[in-house]
Amino acid sequence: MTSILIQNVRMLCPASGTDKVTTVRLEAGQITHIGTAPDADETINAQGLWLMPGIIDLAARLREPGATAKATIASEAKAALAAGITTLVMPPDTKPVADTPAAVDRIHAKAAQAGGAAVRVLGALTVGLQGEALGELSALKAAGVVGVTNGLAPLANLLVTRRALEYANGLGLTVHVVALDAALANGGCAHEGAMATKLGLAAIPVAAEVAAVRQWISLVEDTGAAVHFGRLSSARGAELVESAQARKLPVTADVAAHQLFLTDASLEGFNAMAHVIPPLRSADDRDALRGAVAKGVIAAICSDHQPHEPDAKVNPFPLTEPGISGLETLLPLALRLVEDGVLSPLQCAARLSTGPAAVLGMALPRIAVGASLALTLIDPALHWTLDPNAMLSRGRNTPFAGQTFIGRAVRSFV
Amino acid sequence: MTPSLQLDDQGRLRHLLTTEGLPRLVLERLLDRAEPYARAAEIGFKKDPLLTGKTVVNLFFENSTRTRTTFELAATRLSADVVNLHVQASSTAKGETLLDTLKTIEAMQVDLFVIRHEASGAAHFFAERAEPGVAILNAGDGRHAHPTQALLDAFTIRRHAPPREGRRQMRFDDLSVAIVGDIVHSRVARSNIHALTTLGVKDLRLVGPTTLMPAGIAQLAPGVTIEHDLMRGLDGVDVVILLRLQKERMVGAFLPSLGEFHRDYGLTQERLARLKPDVLLMHPGPINRGVEIAGDVAYGERSVILDQVKNGVAVRMAVMAEILAGAQ
Repeated sequence: MTSILIQNVRMLCPASGTDKVTTVRLEAGQITHIGTAPDADETINAQGLWLMPGIIDLAARLREPGATAKATIASEAKAALAAGITTLVMPPDTKPVADTPAAVDRIHAKAAQAGGAAVRVLGALTVGLQGEALGELSALKAAGVVGVTNGLAPLANLLVTRRALEYANGLGLTVHVVALDAALANGGCAHEGAMATKLGLAAIPVAAEVAAVRQWISLVEDTGAAVHFGRLSSARGAELVESAQARKLPVTADVAAHQLFLTDASLEGFNAMAHVIPPLRSADDRDALRGAVAKGVIAAICSDHQPHEPDAKVNPFPLTEPGISGLETLLPLALRLVEDGVLSPLQCAARLSTGPAAVLGMALPRIAVGASLALTLIDPALHWTLDPNAMLSRGRNTPFAGQTFIGRAVRSFV
Repeated sequence: MTPSLQLDDQGRLRHLLTTEGLPRLVLERLLDRAEPYARAAEIGFKKDPLLTGKTVVNLFFENSTRTRTTFELAATRLSADVVNLHVQASSTAKGETLLDTLKTIEAMQVDLFVIRHEASGAAHFFAERAEPGVAILNAGDGRHAHPTQALLDAFTIRRHAPPREGRRQMRFDDLSVAIVGDIVHSRVARSNIHALTTLGVKDLRLVGPTTLMPAGIAQLAPGVTIEHDLMRGLDGVDVVILLRLQKERMVGAFLPSLGEFHRDYGLTQERLARLKPDVLLMHPGPINRGVEIAGDVAYGERSVILDQVKNGVAVRMAVMAEILAGAQ
């Protein structure tokens, strides 16, 4: 790699708490200088730009193997890198399920060929995500999974859940949980409230999340196992996580970026682009989630990227597939939180990089001399409009189409 | 919902998807327009050449002989050509999407689709994608809306409710209405809430057990209240709309038993005797005798259940005429 000099950039390094304008020089995959630096092959005048550790996205469906009509590892890894995301974490709900070392190896190999963002895998907590028999977690760990999860697939009962936690804990694996009690969710497709009632949509009560969070926390108390709550959607869910953290329990949380902006009001007119699971909830929930992100109770913001082929959203609302193609709006939405005064630029960088790194048990990324590269260069003042046809992800399913954003990634260094 | 989808720039009805957001004037125009059809039928003049040459397709994804028949009669009495299509869920499962089905039939130069589908939002889905000049009439989409049922209920109330003392004509503003039973699964309840409150009803009570009452239902319109005790809910009302209990849905978690529902919410002669003497009893049909209503009450003198069926044809004629032939 050629050497690059990034001059007069606002360096945001959450691990060291640094927020200052300086010059950063890169060469051979490393940061060689900060501050005074010799010339380089390429010089970027980065006046007004921000440099932060590369974004780590804790939840992105890449659809491969199994649903390559929607997207591929290559298409999404490249789209992610262009959006400033240097590491993607993909859940195991592929076809076949990522419940064997061979399946994990294949994903890693495909990702290495793709040359986009790095792809890390969450292993399946149970065989086939069926919720009955524990996956071979030790073998999965040896294959390099960064955690284990059953995703939205339910576990058979609390005994299986407890044993899974104990077993994962013994291996030092964090269990990633999407807290949604399947019986309470009851096949619903919208937040329980006046909007779902008006539209006649089967509703998912807040209790579906809260009851599940409580159960998991009870088992964390019991086992001491580390649990990461992904995609929190409710104020009460966030409160429970906060109180568990206050009691020093090993629990962390993330939120999908869209949950910090949209509410069930977005479902008006049967807008299938706003069909997500967990569902968009009330404005009070959204505001509480924002507060939890500001406080750091929710340490990470993720895309919950779920690219779809167009037909997946062409149906009456309950028959559409849930999910948003979120890679390209992850950073821009996080920057809106800065604009809205929810986060400082440094906190924003933390929720996108060091926060998720800590969840994964990775060394905290730093912008420091000698550190290897994963950096994102941002123009925080660039006005742009989201045109679905211009999206790099194979999935163009987004409720943010036509919206104007301020700020986006202009370059990633890996 | 989205009035612009149903109404054109001049406020004319392009599709009928929901009663939500329909202006009072539009609702009243439809009721007024149903009046001569109802009267004409009563004296034996059933046929009107208004829609000669128009093609109406009844596209039913859900079984319903009764509703389909009234739509079919409405269209044939207006001299339209009518085709009935019952699309089994299995044929769309063959790979033909809902949109494919619509587009294929639309290509046969259809003017109006009457659509019933089990998914909420199905009528909106079709209306958003129909060619200009092709109208969608919602005959029931999931739990969301059944606008012609609400219109025929309003029409029946208007015809049968006596005027308040000192008035020459009945006014919806004077009425207290109770809707009783399975609110959570009911598109009839939702459409009636919007239609009746828009027409002026200021006191609309939803009566039923908590398990059958959806969250936030009282926020749908001003004047809507929730009551779990039947006789408190029916105290002083002018109109009682009983909903059909979907028995197969009720197993286990919603209700302990149909018998217990009847004990707490069934309308019996004894209960009827405690209501206003001129109360109107309504039910969208088909009734579950001995569940939401006792058999002797269903066709008793306060019941207008068969009038609802009769009025259903006239109201559906009015809606089709309004959409396909414009304002008179």
